Amino acid sequence: MSARHAQTIAFALLALSTLLVVLPALFMVFFLVRNGLPALSAEFLLGEPKDGMRAGGIFPAIVGSFCLVVGAITVSVPIGVLTAIYLSEYSSDSAFTRLVRLAILNLAGVPSVVYGLFGMGLFVYFLGFGQSIMAGALTLSIMNLPVIITATREALQSVPPSFREVSLALGATRWQTVRYAVLPNAIPGILTGVILEVSRAAGETAPILFTVAAFYLPGLPQSVFDPVMALPYHLYSISTQVPNISAGMRYGTALTLVGLVLSVNVVAIFLRAHLRRKRRW
Amino acid sequence: MNRWSERMIEAAIRFSGFVSIAFVVMIFLFLLTEGHALFRVTGLTDFLLGRNWHPISTPPQFGILPLLLGSLAVTAGASMMAVPLGIGTAVFIAEVAPKRLAGILKVGVELIAAIPSVVIGFVGMVLVAPVVREFFSLPVGLTAFTGSLMLALMSMPTMVSIAEDAIHAVPRQYKEAALAMGATRWQAIYRVILPAARPGILAAVMLGIGRVVGETMAVMMCTGGAVAIPSTLLQPVRTMTATIAAEMGETVRGSPHYNALFAIGIVLFLITLIINVTADLVIHRGRRDSP
Repeated sequence: MSARHAQTIAFALLALSTLLVVLPALFMVFFLVRNGLPALSAEFLLGEPKDGMRAGGIFPAIVGSFCLVVGAITVSVPIGVLTAIYLSEYSSDSAFTRLVRLAILNLAGVPSVVYGLFGMGLFVYFLGFGQSIMAGALTLSIMNLPVIITATREALQSVPPSFREVSLALGATRWQTVRYAVLPNAIPGILTGVILEVSRAAGETAPILFTVAAFYLPGLPQSVFDPVMALPYHLYSISTQVPNISAGMRYGTALTLVGLVLSVNVVAIFLRAHLRRKRRW
Repeated sequence: MNRWSERMIEAAIRFSGFVSIAFVVMIFLFLLTEGHALFRVTGLTDFLLGRNWHPISTPPQFGILPLLLGSLAVTAGASMMAVPLGIGTAVFIAEVAPKRLAGILKVGVELIAAIPSVVIGFVGMVLVAPVVREFFSLPVGLTAFTGSLMLALMSMPTMVSIAEDAIHAVPRQYKEAALAMGATRWQAIYRVILPAARPGILAAVMLGIGRVVGETMAVMMCTGGAVAIPSTLLQPVRTMTATIAAEMGETVRGSPHYNALFAIGIVLFLITLIINVTADLVIHRGRRDSP
């Protein structure tokens, strides 16, 4: 077999493997849209569940997920951004920095259900928050710290060193340099990280199983110490634990969840592309 | 801004470096405090190698061997599909596809990674499981194989994007030198680029596998949940993650069952810790070796 033929065959196989990665996912989304779209209505999206969740809507679950996402971001964005500033602007390449990096890597690798256990042990029992928005949002925020840190760090490092040098040469302190010369140019990248966290926090189920999620709770939460329903957990419960439920309820919930998560991601991708084009250096 | 508030902020920044380390340590400590009590009831060997997981019979038995093997079966099945396809896709995106197509594919892979695992589990249940049942004429479609299929789909984006980065990081001169010597593009990829990118690709595979081991919802919904030592991939199994997620709701805090689920958490934590640290070492050793 000539080298040319080998190349043709190899490239065909590579293209085939790419198709095998992309097509099932495309088909999956198509499948959910086709089956879920007929179920979506104003009553479904804005109504309360009725008849043991076999009818009605999913509004409390949407609101619950929204609360969790907002809570998770409020906690993890400040901590994550500060950590990234430390790693990118303050630390030298020391053993300690290496340890911080390794810790972040591990936070990113810990299984989601283990975060659930940790959140239950620390927030629900040890700190006495009970199953609540507070406990769930804190669990999700720790789980998503690596997302924010990585995105912010990349954004900070893409700001050219000359920006810092100019600022320092003008007599600014290190913090002033970070605050006025570096951070403003990194905001878009940080924003992308935040958006990605939104989508992840909205879609995770295992960390909220034992920390917040209520099986059936019509009505809306009154305080951060209330339990809530959440979209991903709702999908899990009606798929596995509620018999004789119409397929439309399930597909509608799945489509709503996928739709929300993917559209948030698409926003992040467009934002990033737009900012890359507009970059002035 | 005055000196004092500036010092406060700098202190907060320096302190935040510790936060991530503190969380990792705290996660481990909490698993340990809640899990260690199990070993007053069950020995470590009986826990890790016991063949029976009967947490609520009297006396209860807490052997996690079937769960370990369940996780292993699903992980092996998923890796067999995801590793070759993931690396193939990464090579295609990095070296073969035209630039425009490569850009679209990268976004596509990113979007696949964003699909929540509970949705993948749902599709596995309603769409894939019936097909598996018909195709292999099984009594039930919820098997280790069904779970493997769904997990392969979930772990591929991780592998593809990390492996693609690794291939991208190979210096251009390597490829140009190979092409200048008369190699075809495929020869340059196969003989020059892939060997140079090997540490990164290896790390990509490990991180993808790490994701499979820790995956919970999709696995719980698709693998059937039978606690039995599997002999083929076409049997229902129960993984460690699914056991924690499925049973924690029924336990009483402080009971041996509760402790046992945390002890499984310790095992999972340690497995993923080892995978992540090794992957990091592999990447760094690779960087030192290459010029």
